[in-house]
Amino acid sequence: MSDDEIDLKALSDDDLVGQMHDDLYDGLKDEIAEAVMILLDRGWEPYKVLTVALVEGMRIVGIDFRDGILFVPEVLQSANAMKGGMTILRPLLAETGAPRVGKMVIGTVKGDIHDIGKNLVTMMMEGAGFEVIDIGINNPVENYLAAIEEHQPDILGMSALLTTTMPYMKVVVEAMKEKGIRDDYVVMVGGAPLNEEFAMAVGADAYCADAAVTVDMAQEIMKRRHNQRGADPRPA
Amino acid sequence: MSGGEGAVMAPTTQIDLSIDDDAEFKAELKSDGAARALVIACGALAREIVDFRAMNDFIHLDITCLPAKLHNRPQLIPQAVGDKIRANKGKYHSIYVAYGDCGTGGTLDKVLEEEGVDRIGGPHCYAFYTGQSAFEAITDDDPTSFFLTDYMVRHFDRLIIEGLGLDRFPELRDDYFGNYTNVIYIAQTRDADLEAKAEAAAERLGLGYIYRHVGFGELEAFLETAAASSDKG
Repeated sequence: MSDDEIDLKALSDDDLVGQMHDDLYDGLKDEIAEAVMILLDRGWEPYKVLTVALVEGMRIVGIDFRDGILFVPEVLQSANAMKGGMTILRPLLAETGAPRVGKMVIGTVKGDIHDIGKNLVTMMMEGAGFEVIDIGINNPVENYLAAIEEHQPDILGMSALLTTTMPYMKVVVEAMKEKGIRDDYVVMVGGAPLNEEFAMAVGADAYCADAAVTVDMAQEIMKRRHNQRGADPRPA
Repeated sequence: MSGGEGAVMAPTTQIDLSIDDDAEFKAELKSDGAARALVIACGALAREIVDFRAMNDFIHLDITCLPAKLHNRPQLIPQAVGDKIRANKGKYHSIYVAYGDCGTGGTLDKVLEEEGVDRIGGPHCYAFYTGQSAFEAITDDDPTSFFLTDYMVRHFDRLIIEGLGLDRFPELRDDYFGNYTNVIYIAQTRDADLEAKAEAAAERLGLGYIYRHVGFGELEAFLETAAASSDKG
């Protein structure tokens, strides 16, 4: 270790978490993985590491992306650093029965192979306690319907980057209507060329401007759903 | 400032094809002040439009371009185009917009509808260079192609490598291009140097390479319509 490198093990919990936020911001994957292991060794629950250190760090990244301070390459570096931490935490979260806020099926629409935004949403939703089934790119309506039937999610997420492919979202929503299942699911849509008006025009429930907004909206929607069902929405 | 490769320009024409700053590309004929039509174009089309105008002697057609880098934030394009239209409305008989939808999700068309101005058809320059139906045939059959135009080949390092941060973070290659299989260079001109650069670009991205000379495509007819409008005006 060089003189200017920080000894993560020597930091207090609070300082280490602050350092992790900085390291996520700077996209330092190895440092994030090391810090996750340190917190776990200190007895932190995996879910606490995820939410307090990683998700909060990515929330800061998301704000600066929205404000034009960070750009896509930097956000991708941050996301890859978070993935390094998630790789360690995911099996532990499964073992320890971390709270599940809800379930989402997500995919990029037919004719579109862009998935950067979708992948960011997937990661942030997982971090927020959602189970996410990612059906990938270039999905015809049949893929969405099959995934809905198989996984019975709370939320269907659709992504598109192209003006030419985004109208396909309406095809999926119409197919759900035809099958009489549209109102059984929350439909959230996002992608660079979309806007609120378009989302409403295709019959979606929500337009998601970015990954952080998606998480906030999904959490709010799930709370409402739980309240409507008379259940306590808060994670245990 | 530069005259642009191969462009035959009137002495008073100002050109800035740089993408290094926000300077607008501008071509104005001041010799007789007879230009009655204006084309507001994306800076990524600037050189091609200037060349085409010169080749066809469309001396009564003025051209003004917005910075190509607006494509990095397409949500800014409608406002920028709208401002440019309003700044020029009293000066010209007709105004035309040489932009595709360009990722604005229909909001550019709303601005144009409000202003009563037409644009070239299609979602983006790849489509109107190639021809709408031909482009759809390519992408419907296989959506995994990454398209390059002459402009993009010329500025590949700046737009793609530096623009996407691949110079700093080469490991992001898969994030950006992992789902692509081929680069298709839809060439406006026949230029061996550009072709070699395009092939090298494909190799650098780890993708296959396909060359198609498509010329100016539907941009030709669009500019001819604008020029004819100016002559009639």
